[in-house]
Amino acid sequence: MNKMTSEGYTTADGRKIGGTLMEMKNITLRFGGVVAIKDISFDIHEGEIRAIIGPNGAGKSSMLNVISGFYVPSEGEVRFRGQKRPQMRPYQVAQQGIARTFQNIALFKGMSTLDNIMTGRITKMKSNMAQQALWWGAAQREEDEHREAVEKIIDFLEIQAIRKTPVGRLPYGLQKRVELGRALAAEPKLLLLDEPMAGMNVEEKEDMSRFILDVNDEFGTTIALIEHDMGVVMDLSDRVVVMDYGKKIGDGTPDEVRGNQEVIDAYLGVSHD
Amino acid sequence: MFYREAGDFKTSYGSDSQTFPIKFDRMRYYVVLVVAFGVVPFIINDYWANAVFVPFLIYAIAAIGLNILTGYCGQLSLGTGGFMAVGAYACYKLMTAFPEVSIVIHVLLAGGVTAGVGVLFGLPSLRIKGFYLAVATLAAQFFLVWLFNKVPWFYNNSASGQISAPERTVFGVEVTGANTDAWAKYMICLVFLVVLAWVARNLTRGTVGRSWMAIRDMDIAAEIIGVNPLKAKLTAFAVSSFFVGVAGALFFSVYLGAVEVGEAFGINKSFLVLFMIILGGLGSIFGSLAGAAFLVLLPVLLKNVLVGGLGWPTDLAAHLELMIVGALIIVFLIAEPHGMAQLWRIAKEKLRLWPFPH
Repeated sequence: MNKMTSEGYTTADGRKIGGTLMEMKNITLRFGGVVAIKDISFDIHEGEIRAIIGPNGAGKSSMLNVISGFYVPSEGEVRFRGQKRPQMRPYQVAQQGIARTFQNIALFKGMSTLDNIMTGRITKMKSNMAQQALWWGAAQREEDEHREAVEKIIDFLEIQAIRKTPVGRLPYGLQKRVELGRALAAEPKLLLLDEPMAGMNVEEKEDMSRFILDVNDEFGTTIALIEHDMGVVMDLSDRVVVMDYGKKIGDGTPDEVRGNQEVIDAYLGVSHD
Repeated sequence: MFYREAGDFKTSYGSDSQTFPIKFDRMRYYVVLVVAFGVVPFIINDYWANAVFVPFLIYAIAAIGLNILTGYCGQLSLGTGGFMAVGAYACYKLMTAFPEVSIVIHVLLAGGVTAGVGVLFGLPSLRIKGFYLAVATLAAQFFLVWLFNKVPWFYNNSASGQISAPERTVFGVEVTGANTDAWAKYMICLVFLVVLAWVARNLTRGTVGRSWMAIRDMDIAAEIIGVNPLKAKLTAFAVSSFFVGVAGALFFSVYLGAVEVGEAFGINKSFLVLFMIILGGLGSIFGSLAGAAFLVLLPVLLKNVLVGGLGWPTDLAAHLELMIVGALIIVFLIAEPHGMAQLWRIAKEKLRLWPFPH
């Protein structure tokens, strides 16, 4: 990586990364007396794959919840596309172009794959209820247009065969893929992935890694992901934030992080003598 | 065999997402419509209209309404009887205040008033869920019945405390009042049901319907992908109450003619409609119709068989009916939580291949 500025940088494999998309400034998150996140700052650049790693309970998921608006930080500010983000409800954050998947799959189990992914486009649907009630004009047109966009995602994720299957009946690996599809359907600026490979076997992990790289490459989507599989993190991500006990202990390229003594201590433990 | 998909290719997204994608199904649906509009009105008599068809059509509207709220949006309501009463009393007040306006407009407006009341009682759903919400809607049920009993303005200070529907016509044909023909009652309810069922289908397959189902299946995830929970829940309450209000207005004006609120719209009505959608199938328009048909037909059937056929006393038959309905609800909840609609889907899946195994 050459010199790092807020204007962007070039990665080791020659990809150009844009300017700052999202900036977390001195974020602190408290639940009563428990401090989940302690004064953390980092930024996410446009077009990069940013990983957040750390041991269990480090506050990674809490950080993702702050970004997606589910938790309101006790202190600090979230800046998105150069502007301070006011306190908003999660659905308003989604309308700004931030989509996410969940650690434990949170699909709509009673709905088909198609309907799940269509629901992901809800921020783009404009027709009013009267039009929908009569299935007339904009409602019908919109349904077909969005269906076309959703079919592209279905093709991209290779899930054509399960289009009309209720997702509750799908195996775990496919459910993870449908959930990625639902997040992609919103055409997000920033995609948050909370442990996309948890509980997968090697082939499924390879598939998922390929999808993540393709999403980043083909759609130019910025991705922030949490993952425990170090091999995956080091291969996929451009830059890594390391957290431990709610604090940031490392930030940089995978190679820099790998050599960081504090990170090694957090993962391997340190003797107290 | 009967539900062949082979050779029935879809060339547009519109035709792929239509209500009856299989040709045989579509044809069967048209046949049912033709029989309902073209044959039944000519052969219907007072007994069939009052005992079977009119209550079925009206309960079907109410069941679709409750199904939108409970089956599609996941918000349990025990206030259906109270909301039907709102529809009935709104219709009565409008009919007596503006006698020159068409009854059809009055029924729709009564639905609109009920939608407003429904939204009001739906506000707690933004904070509470499940059983607690059910109790809040139960409060609506008791409050509304009490209100219509207590305030004489609602029943125009009539001495009996009842409301009774004046005679009104549609296209010159009398549809309310004592001298209404069986076919006229049947037709007006049928038209309302067909139009409203079509509207319900449109809403549930589009954006609004998906946001309702998203809230039902996983409300936190729904909010994070961009569903406004306030809007989704309140629209569900509004649309559901509109349907229930129209059903209440028709129940009063076309079916009963005269109504005493505690008797016609008590808590029993709330449970009856809830049982209809549980037995028929939560989250299914067809299920609402099936459940309504079943619970309207069952008492008629039992009465004819047990009292008429076997000569048993009437009260015994009535008790037996309660026991059978109760047992059926338990059986369905355990064996097939998605109700008769799911049984019908499974039967259709089987019929696609029958009689060939592959």
